[in-house]
Amino acid sequence: MKLSRRAMVQLMGGTVLATTLLGPRRALAATKITVLNWQGYGTDEKWALEAFTAATGIEVVHDYFNSEAEMITKLATNPGAYDVVLINSARIAQAAGQGLIQPVDFAKIPNAAGLAPKLKDHDNMQYEGETFGCAWVWGMNGLGVRDGKTDPDSYAALADPAWAGKVALFDDAVTAVGLGALATGQDMNDPKDLEAVKGFLQSVRPNLHNLWTSEDQWNKAFAANEFDLSVAWSGGVVRSFRNGGLPVHFVVPKEGAIGWLDGLAVPTTAPDVDAAHAFINYMIDPDFYFRWATEVGAPASANVDAVAKLPEDDLMKQVHKAEYIDTMSIMSALPDARRDTFNALWQEMKAYYAAK
Amino acid sequence: MSAGPATTAPALNMGGRRLPPWVATTALLLPAYGWLLIAIFLPLGAMFLFSFMTATPIGNKEIGYTIDQYKIFFTQPYMWQVASWTFQIAFATTLICAITGFLAALALARSGLGRSQWIFLILILLPFWTNGLVRIFSWTMVIREGGFLDAVVQFILPEAASVGFLYSRPGIVLGLVHGYLPYMVLTCYIAISTIDDAIVEAAESLGARWWTILGRILIPMAAPGLIAGSVLIFVPVVGAFMEPRILGGPQGVTLGTVIEDSFTQGFNWPQGAALSFMLLAVVLAIFATFSGVLRRNAEL
Repeated sequence: MKLSRRAMVQLMGGTVLATTLLGPRRALAATKITVLNWQGYGTDEKWALEAFTAATGIEVVHDYFNSEAEMITKLATNPGAYDVVLINSARIAQAAGQGLIQPVDFAKIPNAAGLAPKLKDHDNMQYEGETFGCAWVWGMNGLGVRDGKTDPDSYAALADPAWAGKVALFDDAVTAVGLGALATGQDMNDPKDLEAVKGFLQSVRPNLHNLWTSEDQWNKAFAANEFDLSVAWSGGVVRSFRNGGLPVHFVVPKEGAIGWLDGLAVPTTAPDVDAAHAFINYMIDPDFYFRWATEVGAPASANVDAVAKLPEDDLMKQVHKAEYIDTMSIMSALPDARRDTFNALWQEMKAYYAAK
Repeated sequence: MSAGPATTAPALNMGGRRLPPWVATTALLLPAYGWLLIAIFLPLGAMFLFSFMTATPIGNKEIGYTIDQYKIFFTQPYMWQVASWTFQIAFATTLICAITGFLAALALARSGLGRSQWIFLILILLPFWTNGLVRIFSWTMVIREGGFLDAVVQFILPEAASVGFLYSRPGIVLGLVHGYLPYMVLTCYIAISTIDDAIVEAAESLGARWWTILGRILIPMAAPGLIAGSVLIFVPVVGAFMEPRILGGPQGVTLGTVIEDSFTQGFNWPQGAALSFMLLAVVLAIFATFSGVLRRNAEL
């Protein structure tokens, strides 16, 4: 009897999943899955991978991307290379539309029962009526402020002379335009008055010291006292404070935060779909989240049960109040033309900043 | 290059029958040109095609053809400014490399160090063998406010203000000079070593001052090396994006970073490809300008 490669892979995956559900402790014949994610973003915690491999026999290796567009490019140009991919909810429709990811099979993800319905069924996670991403973690882009400085209550502080030369922005077109839109009272996902957005971003120039692209870069520059006020990721700020000992805290100004929701998806060409779902299930497991959040520092879990497991005084829980799930605007999918407009606007702003 | 290879290649003698000379020539050229075709011309051709598309040709989007991407300098007027910074940075880098590289090569070639010259030459090549990112990130440690440079200055002058210049165009130029200087030293070293000592000695014995020797003998005779080095440096520096991004901070907007952003952040391959080809056109124009000078010097 000759088994096709696909049947073989399914058989192996099925065996692995069956043993996962039955819960034996012994490791099985090695199944290897590849996860595509940002570096140092939860899925590659060493202790977690060891625990996962011990429980399921599935070995996990990683590949990393440095931008979401790079992630899409990697998916498109390396079919069959990845089993699980981290994907921002705003990119789900794009990736699904290009046939890069497949619908999530929640029957294979028992822990999905705990997901906040608003996040699990968020419009961004859907494409043509099907859910393509499993809500994993969410967070906010707000302001990171150096301890001891007066907390700004509005994004207008970024342009306030009081912070001259002490401001950093996130080098990301969608965040930058979203910031300008919120500061000028517009819909962050579809601002109508782009001149106002531009005006706000231009007004930041005298204060601007740095543009950052990675958490590592943010931490080094903040530690070197280069800036005091910066657009920052909520989770990043908690990590910087707790792990790096940096004197920083997170502020959500009155205009509201720029919310984001990250999902885990399975590429259409994934070699091992079942093992991929088993890994996603593990990633939304409350026990994994508890350890990740308390020992390393994580964004807020989309799993209500997981957040409930955290102690009341947990910094992560205090920053990511449940009310924000309802009040923050979540970055949504952008039509190509609007994305191009945002990119062109941000490129023009960067040239404007460089002309200083 | 006056005689064509077809006329000089020996005819192969196979099994008593002589093959025409062009067969041997083709067979000998095939590996190199085949490799060039696969590794350079095919991807470049694909990129050239992409540059006329309306969207990145990945996935199952409808793709149309347009020349809009080539109009970026008119639809986005700030691009003129970006291009001007880029060329300023490239000129400054090339000029600094030319001066310091020429002097370093001169010192090496005419110092009478004998065999130990090679050790110094290898020391100059060292930056080539370190990873570019490591090199650039170590500069960020040195030139940032409160970095090593500041520490040294404040050790000597405790009250001195910060001299850090990270996130500025001079910072970018510094990183680029560090990375590309070896090209200039090597080309100048080779050019200077071919100058006959007797010419310099003759000038000295006739009473020429050192600057006359430098300006009337050494620089003109080493010009091919200077020009070759300048082209080798200018061309990659115009497209550099790593140094501007890391050392330039908000000031680090160049054609290279715009092209990189088009490919990665913007996922707009056609835009990136179009910009790259415009840059290639400028570079070819520079080559065309200097090719006459280079050929003339080669014949001397």
